Amino acid sequence: MLPILALHIPDGFLSVPVAAAGWLMMLVLVGVALRQTRDQLGERQIPLMGILAAFVFAAQMINFPVAGGTSGHLIGGALVAVLLGPWAAVLVMTSVVGVQALLFQDGGLLALGFNVVNMGIISAFVGYAAYAFARRMMGETFAATAVGAAAGAWLGVEAAAIATALQLAISGTSPLDVALPAMAGVHALIGIGEALITVGALAFIRQTRPDLLGQPGRAATRGAGWVAAGLLIALAVTLVSPLADPNPDGLERVAEDHGFIEAAQPPAYEILPDYTIPFIEDAALTTIVSGIIGVLIVGGIGFGLARLAVSRRKETTGAG
Amino acid sequence: MNFSLQERYRAGDSLLHRLDPRIKVVVTLVLIVGIVMTPSAAWPAYALLWVLLGGLALLGRLGFWRLARTAGLALPFSLAAATLMFTTPGNEVLRVFGLVVSDAGLARFAAVLLKSWLAVQAALLLAMTTPFTDLLWALASLRLPQTLVAIIGLMYRYLFTLRDEAERLMRARAARSGSAANHRSGGSLGWRARVAGGMVGSLFLRSYERSERVYAAMLARGYTGRMRALDPPPLRWQAVVLGGVPLAALAIIQLLAARWWA
Amino acid sequence: MVGLNERVMSHHTIEVENLSFRYPDGRLALDDVSLTVAPDEKVALVGPNGSGKSTLLLHLNGVLRSPTGTIRLGGLPLNDRNLGQIRAWVGLVFQNPDDQLFSPRVYQDVAFGPLHMGLPEAEVRARVERALAVVGMGDYAERVSFHLSVGEKKRIAIATVLSMEPKILVLDEPSAGLDPRARRHLIALLRDLKQQTMLISTHDMRLAAELCARAVVLDGGRVVAEGPTEHILNDADLLERHGLEKPF
Repeated sequence: MLPILALHIPDGFLSVPVAAAGWLMMLVLVGVALRQTRDQLGERQIPLMGILAAFVFAAQMINFPVAGGTSGHLIGGALVAVLLGPWAAVLVMTSVVGVQALLFQDGGLLALGFNVVNMGIISAFVGYAAYAFARRMMGETFAATAVGAAAGAWLGVEAAAIATALQLAISGTSPLDVALPAMAGVHALIGIGEALITVGALAFIRQTRPDLLGQPGRAATRGAGWVAAGLLIALAVTLVSPLADPNPDGLERVAEDHGFIEAAQPPAYEILPDYTIPFIEDAALTTIVSGIIGVLIVGGIGFGLARLAVSRRKETTGAG
Repeated sequence: MNFSLQERYRAGDSLLHRLDPRIKVVVTLVLIVGIVMTPSAAWPAYALLWVLLGGLALLGRLGFWRLARTAGLALPFSLAAATLMFTTPGNEVLRVFGLVVSDAGLARFAAVLLKSWLAVQAALLLAMTTPFTDLLWALASLRLPQTLVAIIGLMYRYLFTLRDEAERLMRARAARSGSAANHRSGGSLGWRARVAGGMVGSLFLRSYERSERVYAAMLARGYTGRMRALDPPPLRWQAVVLGGVPLAALAIIQLLAARWWA
Repeated sequence: MVGLNERVMSHHTIEVENLSFRYPDGRLALDDVSLTVAPDEKVALVGPNGSGKSTLLLHLNGVLRSPTGTIRLGGLPLNDRNLGQIRAWVGLVFQNPDDQLFSPRVYQDVAFGPLHMGLPEAEVRARVERALAVVGMGDYAERVSFHLSVGEKKRIAIATVLSMEPKILVLDEPSAGLDPRARRHLIALLRDLKQQTMLISTHDMRLAAELCARAVVLDGGRVVAEGPTEHILNDADLLERHGLEKPF
């Protein structure tokens, strides 16, 4: 795969406020994932999550030739989400992306927040949502699992790619009207590889250890639908917001004009704003912050509702 | 996707190797934030930052140029920012296939490249002078949740074991594939993907079953769900002072940049 | 957890009575197994693959639990209340050292048991040093487990339980995968551990003959023979019936 199309954003490509927003999202959601997986897995949490993180890392090496010298390989968020539930997938993928950054400098440290959000959280939740939807529509059959996992794997990669393009655009690193079609277009193909491998892996597991399929308990998915919905809404809102104006000038021209052109005679009062966020106006920053707050509120309401729904279901059916 | 699966750590006994990993983590993060925040056109600041990082490389006996070269690994991604050259308004300096390259665009693109390259050098300095196990306890004492540290510790322990298993699977596949590696072997795309998927599935099952055995081994030695670790060594003031030196240099560079070069 | 000194072990026996165990998939792995190992005795547990050896060993410090049959270790019945104490008394060494050595670094692995027994840090450090010295790996404390050879891993796996200062050692296939020299070292090491009662599951008949005066043959989850190792290993018929081989 061409590195240019990879989803691991290096440092330098995200502006500091955007990177900070990514870290904030990562910290909140990973904190929730730690609690959720602990509730579900108990003492097995640490060995299972740790070794599956190593598994995803190794599985990403297994490639297969596609065409023209390129090869497809797995990212893995959707596969783990289907097998163990989205929260477990968040933890596993966070460990994978974190170690890739720390140990191999694959993806930046400042950019780690959004790298985790894109490849870990978005792909896991979007993947899981599609899988759960297919199972609800088609029943608890392997056909439903396969269709749902394939759709989830493809959508997860695509959503992660769109999110990456947005973050680059908001940071002023790559104009949206170039980055979005490029990332979305290429990952529409890469997503097919992801979908095929995910289904292939599930088919193998079904033959050998069918007991492992359909295992994610209800507890593991608490609030998952709401997080997925929140992430999708956030993506959609950002896409249509002024931040993502397809005309790069809309976002950057002012900074350009005031940054580069007046740089020759910098008035003292301009040092700070220009210094910290050269390409982003205050209005844009406000939009990001309000977007994050919106996601957090949606997520919070989601947890509340989901918890209510779960406890009600427990009361009526007596099942966990 | 991974540039290399070799660990980057270089054993050594330099001042940088011996520095408290907690200090190294904090200094690295601050350096990266500083690098990314550097005003775009402050070219002398980039040069000074490079000198600062290169100096640290010499201090760690890693080699000034070697660090610079290794850090080039993140550059391919930079093509993602290449369009800045054409889309940023400014004076025309060059025409490529009818596309106008502006001076401001060229500067913006160069700034992104430089920042990325310098930030990778900072991250490399940390990885090349700090064993990953030290990094783990440093992160734990910097308030990363103990459970997450334990998960990453187990991941690191089995990373290379499972990588070797994946490699064995791929060798077995290659051994049974009729045609040469650079030649598309038989079967449709779907069939090839199914084979790869089967390998991933088999690796998953081996990993899952290994996690059950490891869990049993942990239980057998008294594990009850909470990871315990030995207390980290106390933080010495000398380490804090040493860590302050590159940060002071960074602050001076940034002040200069803000005052004169921005 | 009960402190080590609160209950002093009267005698280091392993007593298993009428133990049966069925896996969740319905397979009967142990069928009415009874077995006693006397204090400081070393007993070999032999039998073909799938005979239930590993399953039996996993019961001896409560990793697997069965509702039928009783297990007493050092006279203490294995139950929820005694589990922590028994795990401190019984050192279980797994067949694959890659499963046993789950920490990134050797030192952390050897310290894991004592730390989880709740011992104070100074005591943990002293025990780690002693345990590594006993297996002759004192210089390996700071090494990364992944990079070690199988023989080194096996010795460190033993150190990870010795640091808990167990009264009983239970070893699953200790010589599997070792080259001849590493195997010799391991046999010498186990022979020098005279303080512990030992139950050794193995396919290595010569190791059984060298280390253990008594042997128990397990097949199909049942104890099919038991007696002096010498007699058992000379009974060609018995060995062949149960998929074993005479050590020439």
